[in-house]
Amino acid sequence: MKRLFCLLAAVAAAAAGCKKEDGAAPAAPAGPIELQGAGATFPYPLYSKWVSEYQKIHPDVRINYQSIGSGGGIRQVTERTVDFGASDAPMTDAELQKAPGKLVHIPTTLGAVVVAFNLQGVTALELTPELVAGIFLGQITRWNDPKLAAPNPGAKLPDTAITVAYRSDGSGTTAVFTDYLAKVSPAWKEKVGAGKSVKFPVGLGAKGNEGVAGQIKTSPGSVGYVELAYARQNNLPYATLKNKAGKVVAPELAAVSAAAEGALASMPDDFRVSITDAEGDAAYPISSFTYILVYQDQQDARKGAALASFLWWAIHDGQKFEADLFYAPLPAELVTKVEAKLKTLTSGGKPLPAPGGAGG
Amino acid sequence: MAASTGQAGADAQAAVAVEVNLGDRLFRWGTAAFAAGGVITLGAMAVEMVRASALSLSHFGPGFVTSTDWDPVRELYGALPYIYGTLVSSLLALLIAVPVSLGVAILLSELAPPWLLRPVSFLVELLAAVPSVIFGLWGVFVLTPWLRESVQPPLQSALGFLPFFKGTPRGFGLMAGGLILAIMILPTISSVSREVMRAVPSTLREGALALGATRWEMVRTAVLPYARSGIVGAIILGLGRALGETMAVTMVIGNRAEISASLFAPSYTMASVIANEFTEATGDLHLSALSEVALLLFLVTVALNIVARLLVWRVSRVSR
Repeated sequence: MKRLFCLLAAVAAAAAGCKKEDGAAPAAPAGPIELQGAGATFPYPLYSKWVSEYQKIHPDVRINYQSIGSGGGIRQVTERTVDFGASDAPMTDAELQKAPGKLVHIPTTLGAVVVAFNLQGVTALELTPELVAGIFLGQITRWNDPKLAAPNPGAKLPDTAITVAYRSDGSGTTAVFTDYLAKVSPAWKEKVGAGKSVKFPVGLGAKGNEGVAGQIKTSPGSVGYVELAYARQNNLPYATLKNKAGKVVAPELAAVSAAAEGALASMPDDFRVSITDAEGDAAYPISSFTYILVYQDQQDARKGAALASFLWWAIHDGQKFEADLFYAPLPAELVTKVEAKLKTLTSGGKPLPAPGGAGG
Repeated sequence: MAASTGQAGADAQAAVAVEVNLGDRLFRWGTAAFAAGGVITLGAMAVEMVRASALSLSHFGPGFVTSTDWDPVRELYGALPYIYGTLVSSLLALLIAVPVSLGVAILLSELAPPWLLRPVSFLVELLAAVPSVIFGLWGVFVLTPWLRESVQPPLQSALGFLPFFKGTPRGFGLMAGGLILAIMILPTISSVSREVMRAVPSTLREGALALGATRWEMVRTAVLPYARSGIVGAIILGLGRALGETMAVTMVIGNRAEISASLFAPSYTMASVIANEFTEATGDLHLSALSEVALLLFLVTVALNIVARLLVWRVSRVSR
């Protein structure tokens, strides 16, 4: 019995010791710089690739990114428990107001959402915005509906019920998809609206891209929306869409970058913009930015400089890792704008060392 | 112990006595501290959940429990579909799992020859060790297609006039959720019931057999009544797991906040909506509403446990 208590005491002491050490570590000026980040799950594969590549050339900087979801990323960066947050949807004005300092949105990459389907004997499907809205509103309920046949004269659309699959978990994917539908369909905007979690009029909910993909794969006659990267890696057939210019576009990476280019003219200074239903002949209409959120004024100059250098590297050298992972690179004109934004970061009111020089 | 050491001398006796007392005291305080830790954690959790859901409590009042509308875009939150989904899927799971588990327990404790006993009980208990996400994946890729192709259409053509079997058979839905829960709680109920049945004194069995009872009559008249309160306890343990299970159910239940009598219809549970929406919820009211769902789940669990305890207490009083 006594021994047990000694053991417990030892454990308690050790725990207390560890805690003390933990508390002291971030204050130490020397040693590797540790950057903590948290947020969106969508860019996680890209960010973890960036982190490991950046580590190779900058062994003194350790970056730890946790993909806890955009909502969590916004909460944590607002509470300053992380050095940078990440979110698929830009923060709202109300959310920005809650933060203790000015937050800057840095677009890092582009993603697209595709309408994937499972129909026997059909591998190509062309949809108009009205048809996508009609299916997800529950107005078009069977695959052999004449409205679907009109843009698909060659396809043998079967006489089966349409089963809609949607994301049941709150997600940036849903936010982008519903943002698109709200733009192209007044009925959707009025009945459902846009957001990370919405009340879908019809269908079955599944958790995560993998859940929606699983439902589509196992249920003939189903249709749902998933991230482009996910559909490509899993060989799900997906629809081509008619864009704002009236052209039919497949969700290729170039088409996603084109959507960002189409939105450049109307892009506000803080990059908070939706690029769904974008202008341009080649633009894929369900595209979006994903952002890293950093404070304009960094509390720690050393960390701030490291963070700015990392972001500088990410929007330049980092972009070459995007295509392999099915992310679309930022258009060149936008990179210039983001460069300018990174140069405005400060610490204690003083500008950080030029990230361009340190970033390499 | 003190008496035997007493022969060695008064000093030693005193020292040992003090030491024993000290050890005992420490032990007592230690265990009391651990027990208090559990109670305090529970209390702190309850307080924290009430605090976190304060906004939703004041905004929606009791209407939160009766409203069926859950629309984060319009900031309207009502939890009734989740309460319904949780209770119905768990009840369905019990309906399926209890008879099967009792059958397994009776086989293992009363009927099985030794060569069968070990492998069967090992395999049944192995079910409890399978992570719930594996059950979920199996549910998505095996169970739901099977339900959609081979189970639901015949059920509908035979019993389609009942409200439970109406609607398009899609596989995903309440039936899949209940079935997967049933499989997950089966090992809990069966292994606890088996232990309870094995604790029945063999004199009772021998007495029943001596009076001319068949095997089945012996189980029915001697074993089951004696083990009744323990079996109810086993069922409660299973129910507890069913109510709180999140991952596997989320993956097959269809996640749709609607109340429908049909078992083919998609549904939603309290644990699932919390897991689904909490990570991406940024609105204060949304977060608060999710906290209130957690609070309700907590209350439902506590209420069911109290009912179960009363049931056990009543049953055991009647049977003795």
